[in-house]
Amino acid sequence: MIHQYKSNGYNIVMDINSGAVHVVDDVVYDVVADYESCSRDELIDKLSGIYALSDIQEAVSEVERLKEAGELFAEDEYQDYVIDFKKRQTVVKALCLHIAHDCNLACRYCFAEEGEYHGRRALMSFEVGKKALDFLIANSGSRRNLEVDFFGGEPLMNWEVVKQLVEYGRSQEKEHNKNFRFTLTTNGVLLNDEIMEFCNREMSNVVLSLDGRREVNDRMRPFRSGKGSYDLIVPKFQKFAQSRGTKDYYVRGTFTRNNLDFSRDVLHFADLGFDKMSIEPVVASPDEPYAIREEDLPQIMEEYDRLAREYIERQKEGRGFTFFHFMIDLDQGPCVAKRLSGCGSGTEYLAVTPWGDFYPCHQFVGQEGFLLGNVEEGITNTAVRDEFKMCNVYAKEKCRNCFARFYCSGGCAANSYNFHGSITDAYDIGCEMQKKRIECAIMIKAALADEE
Amino acid sequence: MQRVKTLTSKTLKNTMKKGGCGECQTSCQSACKTSCTVGNQTCENQNR
Repeated sequence: MIHQYKSNGYNIVMDINSGAVHVVDDVVYDVVADYESCSRDELIDKLSGIYALSDIQEAVSEVERLKEAGELFAEDEYQDYVIDFKKRQTVVKALCLHIAHDCNLACRYCFAEEGEYHGRRALMSFEVGKKALDFLIANSGSRRNLEVDFFGGEPLMNWEVVKQLVEYGRSQEKEHNKNFRFTLTTNGVLLNDEIMEFCNREMSNVVLSLDGRREVNDRMRPFRSGKGSYDLIVPKFQKFAQSRGTKDYYVRGTFTRNNLDFSRDVLHFADLGFDKMSIEPVVASPDEPYAIREEDLPQIMEEYDRLAREYIERQKEGRGFTFFHFMIDLDQGPCVAKRLSGCGSGTEYLAVTPWGDFYPCHQFVGQEGFLLGNVEEGITNTAVRDEFKMCNVYAKEKCRNCFARFYCSGGCAANSYNFHGSITDAYDIGCEMQKKRIECAIMIKAALADEE
Repeated sequence: MQRVKTLTSKTLKNTMKKGGCGECQTSCQSACKTSCTVGNQTCENQNR
């Protein structure tokens, strides 16, 4: 399968099944488009009014050479592999610990309903968290790297338990030959020097929630009183980001219909001195006024293009930054097994509620039909787990012939469920944005390769 | 190649042989939490 597109002056040809990516001239671009449906003579005939004969012949020869090398028009050999792959015993390698179902902000788009997840306010006890870590160690097989994200609500509202769990996890590493990678997702309200110092020592990544410009952030991320959070949080995040050293951080925002000019928010982050950031489209019920609508897509596409051009400019000027969705590792990226199986929700990745229930991921928490088990008994609802185990790009009709399938791996199961009532469908508006981001990410690679 | 600049010739199918070790990061633990972004994760297979 071929996907070809023009962006920012580059002609890009992606060979989906091999993973090869080429930047080509106009002749090759047109030859590739008709290569499978035309004979050599027909191609020459069709293109001879546009290009010189020798150019067309040369282009056809180059396409043939790439095809022989398996870098163009490669066959899809993964459909059977995915069946074998899915029969395997899965292990658990990542937990999202809902350390606090409570929040000190009242973000208007929160899928956790201001931290409470359709349920009651609650804090995770050390005992529940400890059992969750024990479960993870016991069910992780030979995987060495175990990931634990402290999530909420707002995890800093239960900070003592976070520290105790990190200490407990570290105490178990040597005996079980495991390496915990702790991460924290916070709104920053309660951040202080002690917390930053601890996180800089123990947390491999921190995700700092902020939406961008002051007016954008404060409209959607107010305190319960209605007052905006920007002025309190930004200086703390700036200090935190600067102190991270070799460890990761991401400033992470959400854009909505209220700020379809979100590239300005990304650039605002850069202007505040942040160099690692993400801004993601809101996922909301279509009847919310801030939900992204299909009619917004042209503007959003334009916005990603604008951001990509500025991203390249700043990179060339030596003041580049990392935008999560433009990151792409063309050479050392994931293996096909990973690309086929997606995010691992419900199998490799579980969310744990404050009282110890397991759900396929943080976005399913509180939807009782997806309750998988708990820290005492382990996974008891194997039917739902198996449904997630079979959730891969070939199980999804919409993904099977999509060029993006090995990059997004079938998309988010929760989004699919929220919009279509099935985890093997796809959230269509999300797909369009995802495809655009992949195209931008590859174009950026092409532009930066030009500089080398 | 005069007319083609290959950014990557990576053939995904080669990764069927030694892939699937699972040591890489879970995508939602990195930064997204609302979208599935697998293509930008780094392979951590020691025996690749």
